[in-house]
Amino acid sequence: MAHAQLSPRNIPDRLQGRGARLLKSWEALLVVVAAAIFLGNSLASPYFLDPWNLSDATFNFTEKAMIAFAMALVIISGEIDLSVASIIALASTAMGYAVQLGLDTPALVAIGLGVGLVCGAVNGLLITGLGLPSIVVTIGTMSLFRGLSFIVLGDQAFTGYPESFAWFGQGYVWWVFSFEFTLFVLLAVVYGVLLHKTNFGRAVYAIGNNQTAALFSGVRVARVKFALFLMTGLMAGLASICLTSRLGSTRPSIALGWELEVVTMVVLGGVSILGGSGTIPGIVLAALIMGMVTFGFGLLNVPGIVMSIFIGLLLISVIALPILWQRARRRLSQ
Amino acid sequence: MTAKLLKNREILLVMAIMVLLAVIALRFPGFVAPANLARVYNDTSILIILALGQMAVILTRCIDLSMAANLALCGMVAAMLNTAFPGLPIPLVIVAVMALGGLLGMANGTLVWKLDIPPIVVTLGTLTIYRGLIFLLTDGKWINAHEMSDAFKALPRQDLAGVPVLSWLSLVMIAVMFVVMGRTPLGRAFYAVGGNPHAAVYTGIDVGRTRFFAYCLSGALAGLSGYLWVSRYAVAYVDIAAGFELDIIAACVIGGISIAGGIGSVAGAVLGALFLGVIKNALPVINISPFAQMAISGTVIIIAVAVNARAERRKGRVILKKAEAA
Repeated sequence: MAHAQLSPRNIPDRLQGRGARLLKSWEALLVVVAAAIFLGNSLASPYFLDPWNLSDATFNFTEKAMIAFAMALVIISGEIDLSVASIIALASTAMGYAVQLGLDTPALVAIGLGVGLVCGAVNGLLITGLGLPSIVVTIGTMSLFRGLSFIVLGDQAFTGYPESFAWFGQGYVWWVFSFEFTLFVLLAVVYGVLLHKTNFGRAVYAIGNNQTAALFSGVRVARVKFALFLMTGLMAGLASICLTSRLGSTRPSIALGWELEVVTMVVLGGVSILGGSGTIPGIVLAALIMGMVTFGFGLLNVPGIVMSIFIGLLLISVIALPILWQRARRRLSQ
Repeated sequence: MTAKLLKNREILLVMAIMVLLAVIALRFPGFVAPANLARVYNDTSILIILALGQMAVILTRCIDLSMAANLALCGMVAAMLNTAFPGLPIPLVIVAVMALGGLLGMANGTLVWKLDIPPIVVTLGTLTIYRGLIFLLTDGKWINAHEMSDAFKALPRQDLAGVPVLSWLSLVMIAVMFVVMGRTPLGRAFYAVGGNPHAAVYTGIDVGRTRFFAYCLSGALAGLSGYLWVSRYAVAYVDIAAGFELDIIAACVIGGISIAGGIGSVAGAVLGALFLGVIKNALPVINISPFAQMAISGTVIIIAVAVNARAERRKGRVILKKAEAA
């Protein structure tokens, strides 16, 4: 056996080769699932492979995915933000209010992003400033932000957005590529670089794995976390602009329940809900999978609520199956 | 002595509710009339029952986001049982939906216990699955008041010694949970598992199994609430109690049950639920739009968690001082 002669110096620093690791990774599994769903959809419905249909399908996930990128970082750092959907509602309400005052598109965008940032800052201050658990704080702000939107709107709706504002949710950059999809790709690259190639990204992982150790290694834990919540707020503001522009109206129930879908997307993407691990390519794949499942079922006239059963099963089974698989393998090897 | 009293979360909460009632009473004395307070209690009964179940789960460092969906599914099944077999005695229906709720809770508990999936992920998944199942069962149809038997609708309203059965049921549940949490090995195990899971293992407590039982309990209570909800409002459809899971958690958080596990009491859960109940019932009286309720409960949650966090920190210091003195 070669292992017996290994001196300490040539102990491999990686137990498996790069290729083997890639093949066995969560992302590889997601690629297989995505390919299977893509194939299944194109066999099940003749309308699936049309480029314009596929382009329409992207609207199912682009807005949620924008938030999912930022949420992934938050969850990797060991926190969670359940208030994102409510931030969308509040930002959308603020934009709708601004329209009534006669403001135009650039101001609306600034207001949408601004409200997102402020909401994120509120979360961040409560969590890092007062040291409160993020899950409770964001359940509270989830109620608060949407509640404010309900106070302003009640059972009414804001409409009458300017025509130029519609471009964010309905415009196309080139051929079938919508503004939203282009933004999604752009943000995927930005977040991929931020998480995987910068000091900030390493700090996020460090905090998620061991917050105390990170603190003692000189990571400014509170500051990084504050930045993450600010970022999630900003992304929710951005998603709010896209969604409001796409729908052309604001009701206080806008994006209701999205926080769960975003968290599902992040967990499906291989981010550990306990923090410390996960990748941006995983999120991209999870977004594509969820978008295709929703769209494929839609083409087959499956009601939305049945799709949500499927998403729920998907969420539990993608986490349960690897655990069961590992156990079965361990039992076999014994 | 007074300082100690002031640090007691339950007493603080009682005082907060008193202040709230006093403020309302200044303008609307009718609100604090005993008959009306009994009505407010009755209206909060379902939330109290649910908060008791959620408390057990949160004590073990878990969370049950699927309670409202479980409630809706069990409520729908209760209504379907009633329309299919109008002659079926109502107590049997209640037992059946409690068993069903318990089973749904068992599904959560098994996934948490046997597969070690984080509780928030499990219940996030089952939340959508349970609600989806209602749709599969009914095809999205409603079951309306005229399809339910009179006995089915009347039970929660029935008067027993001047108090409606709904209130009695919640009082019984409070008493049962009081005994379970304080006087049984299982109740103490909930605290032990949440307080320090590793230490609990060394004292011979099966952490996973304890969590499993907590989920069974919350599931069964959600099942009971399902019947109560549907019979009280006399309608069952897919979206009943949508979003109510957050109210339940809010009641627990306001009641001082630490989301980090191990800290909390039956009294806290009840008072937390009552606090929300008083606010909900007072808003229309003091002429604030019911749309404001959501923002108010959100603010209350944040204040409550901030106050609780401070109280918990102080408590740690006091223990240390005592140890030094001894």
